[in-house]
Amino acid sequence: MEILVCVKRVPDTAENEFELNSAGNDLDRDDLVYSVNEWDNYAVEEAIQIVDEHGGSVTVVTVGDDEAEEVLRREMAMGANNGVLLCDDAFENSDGKGIATILKAEIEKGKYDLILTGAQADEGAGQVGGMLAAMLDLPYASLVNKIEVKGDSLVVGREIEGGNQEMNEMALPCVLSIQTGINEPRYVGIRGIRKVAKVEIPEKSADDLGIDAATVGEAGAKTQRVDYFVPELGDGAEMLEGSTDEIIEKLIEKLKAKGGL
Amino acid sequence: MTSIIGPASFKFFGALPAVILSFIIPVVGVGIFAYIMARRIAPLVRANPDSRFDNIPQRLMNLITVWLGQIRQPRYMLAGVIHIVIFAGFLVLSIRSTSLVIIGMSDGFVLPGFDGGLGMVYNVFKDYAATFVLIACIAAAVRRGIIKPKRYAVPEKYGKDHTAEAVFVLGIISTLMISESLFEASEIAFAAQQTGEAHFIAPLTLTWMFTGMLSGASLGFLQGMHILMYYVHDLTFFFFLCFLPLGKHFHVITSIFNVFFMRVKKGNIKPIQYGITEEELDELESFGVKKLEDFTWKHMLDFYSCADCGRCSDQCPANAAGRPLSPRFITIKARDLMFKNYPLSGEIYKSEMLVEDIYEEDEIWSCTTCGACEQECPLGIEYIDKMVDLRRGMVDEGMVPQSLQKPLKALEKRGNPYGMMEKKRADWTKEEAFAAKYEVKDLAKDDASTLYFVDSISSYDDNIQEIARRTAAILTKSGVDYGILGKKEKDSGNEVMRFGEEMLFQDLREQNTDAIMDSGVSQIVTADPHAYNALKNDYTGLPPVRHISQVIAEKIAKNEVSLKPCSTPDKVFCYHDPCYLGRHNGVYEDPRSALDAIDGLTRVELERSRDRSFCCGGGGLMLFYEPEEETRMGVIRVNMAAEAGANVIVTACPFCLVNIQDAIKVAGMEGKMEALDFTELIEQHLK
Repeated sequence: MEILVCVKRVPDTAENEFELNSAGNDLDRDDLVYSVNEWDNYAVEEAIQIVDEHGGSVTVVTVGDDEAEEVLRREMAMGANNGVLLCDDAFENSDGKGIATILKAEIEKGKYDLILTGAQADEGAGQVGGMLAAMLDLPYASLVNKIEVKGDSLVVGREIEGGNQEMNEMALPCVLSIQTGINEPRYVGIRGIRKVAKVEIPEKSADDLGIDAATVGEAGAKTQRVDYFVPELGDGAEMLEGSTDEIIEKLIEKLKAKGGL
Repeated sequence: MTSIIGPASFKFFGALPAVILSFIIPVVGVGIFAYIMARRIAPLVRANPDSRFDNIPQRLMNLITVWLGQIRQPRYMLAGVIHIVIFAGFLVLSIRSTSLVIIGMSDGFVLPGFDGGLGMVYNVFKDYAATFVLIACIAAAVRRGIIKPKRYAVPEKYGKDHTAEAVFVLGIISTLMISESLFEASEIAFAAQQTGEAHFIAPLTLTWMFTGMLSGASLGFLQGMHILMYYVHDLTFFFFLCFLPLGKHFHVITSIFNVFFMRVKKGNIKPIQYGITEEELDELESFGVKKLEDFTWKHMLDFYSCADCGRCSDQCPANAAGRPLSPRFITIKARDLMFKNYPLSGEIYKSEMLVEDIYEEDEIWSCTTCGACEQECPLGIEYIDKMVDLRRGMVDEGMVPQSLQKPLKALEKRGNPYGMMEKKRADWTKEEAFAAKYEVKDLAKDDASTLYFVDSISSYDDNIQEIARRTAAILTKSGVDYGILGKKEKDSGNEVMRFGEEMLFQDLREQNTDAIMDSGVSQIVTADPHAYNALKNDYTGLPPVRHISQVIAEKIAKNEVSLKPCSTPDKVFCYHDPCYLGRHNGVYEDPRSALDAIDGLTRVELERSRDRSFCCGGGGLMLFYEPEEETRMGVIRVNMAAEAGANVIVTACPFCLVNIQDAIKVAGMEGKMEALDFTELIEQHLK
């Protein structure tokens, strides 16, 4: 099975302290460290496991600048066979639809049976997977937490609100957005990354992909960010204080008073 | 008047010369033994290289103390004494056994030099040796077969009980002792009847007793007994020789080699592969131990040498806490696999991934590398390097639990396992009360002769930062000119290396080494034993490194620092030895002497202290690992302190403090037990 996984380089929530920049329109990015979006990492692991069992290859693709190559390498160190970097000044500040447009162009150049994205990305809006499926006119399942290959189709499990599980049979090719917890992604050490340090990663521009620059990037964006801020703390939050036992006591009292128990 | 006919001249049924048998038994026995040994050596030949021919004087010393002197045996008194008796008996009787083999071919043979007084002295010795060995065998058999000490039990998941083999071998040894004595007694009794002369026999020995019992026997009976016992001994002897390499009694042969080649340095970890420089590492196809043959030959020799005494697992804190790790079975399972994959005949089987075949992932991650097992093993079997090698293999395959992946990635990106910003590494110095009194130099800007290496936990953990501040205060008050590396300091990487992420460790080491060398300091001080161990044993070319307790003890001894009387004289203190200060680096006395320099401080010793200290749960990355366990090691440790009558546990390691503080809460002993870092106690009492 030929699988394409769309990945994104994001500031790592675990290793950064986020502050707004002085202009107040974005994060202060000076001291940030980046890594692959966590959901995408699960998607790549899932793709590798499918290929390990059923054969085929895994390609990872990202839309980003030169530095985005590092996340492709990390995923290739994990076991993805190929990487493709979609990189063009014209792609900068694309909205979700723009990103989906760029990815669609690349996907149509190849022949993929299965396209995976993360369910969402840190910093993102969780929209690319669905848009991509619509543009490609392929079936789509979101928040996927289980995949079984069954001949030419897949049995796909989805996480439903309230902890319910839904199982669907889907025809290939299709697009799935992957939820964390679907597997346990393998560890990628420095040695793994060094091993793929010299592997050529093709870089494709808008021209290579045959994309009209006006349809993507800032020019093609139909949504614009107008503000970015940390919401002010509202009323209603109360810190319980005292020893652990006292806190528990108070909590039980409050829950009882409000009818929670 | 006739004398008894020896086996060399005896003829069965008056015709068949027994000497033929005396010749065939050793030839066949040695032949089979050589064949078995050749098959046993086969995996060692395919194993990875190991460097064990260095430090020869130290190795000879180990041979004299650990092997010949059996100094580790009495750590378990009864079993130890029994073993020493059997071991010493074997050494004494090896001469007798050798000459007996030749006596079967040449009557009355004596080894050169044993025909005079020496031979007579030796005969007394060997008669007592045989007697004591038999008594020891009976005692050992009673212990193993009837008393059954808990540490010999084999949990169901690890296979069948090993008692039968142990008792069988004790039976063989007893047979050797009895047959040798009867062989001799029958000759003496025969001669006594013929000449009427009483030959001197060491009193109360087996030979003495048997001679007495046989005094009334007929000459024919004695003659028959003499020959029978010779061949019982001869056959048993060569059977035993060939039986040894088939099980846990292989140690009778391998122990001398295993002890000679045992670990001579402490606190260090073996390189990825001996003979490969760090520059060549990138060319290696695989890292660590994944399959049986990835172990080094010494590590395989360890597997062969295990006597199954269970002392390692008895000392292992992970085993005590119910984690899925028992060092004894790390070895036994590997030995079983070696026996299975390298059978005595037929083809050699291909090895599979050890961590799927015989080990579990959690089993390998459960080890805190505390070193209690290695310290205890009377045969010098190693575990830490094997654990690290197995982890290196797992890291290489991506088999790392999610709980460890996050801190490892944070270490890669930020140089600390918490993912905190580099620029905040020195924020502990900014606490108001501290900053008002003390100024800590940043060696990036200022010069100082001493570097205080803080390491990650003391830099970033809100609670543990107090150790950093107390250490800084102690250094200031005792007049040390010191500074810190600030944001240039990275995690020392002690656990990064020990959790198998070698390349990340090398990265951290390089950054720290550069920063330290750039700072131009002439010595390093740290309050974190894990950092102390890494800088001292895993880094090279650094200025000398000392733990804060060593600095304090020296200042007290030189009267450069003096301490106030104990502020809480009604409390009972105990000192918990951190593994990486004590066992791995031998710093036992300095922290104790510093505590004892506080007048009026009551201190009790824990039963498990110094080189038998009980790990509190492990440091560094181990704090992030979520093991399966029945109880926490820290809780066990806190209970030990309570039993010793202490109500304050003083330790000298930030990780110990975290683990013990948590354990006090988990054990519900808040208010009754208190954990205190060495630096806090000392700083409070500095004049």
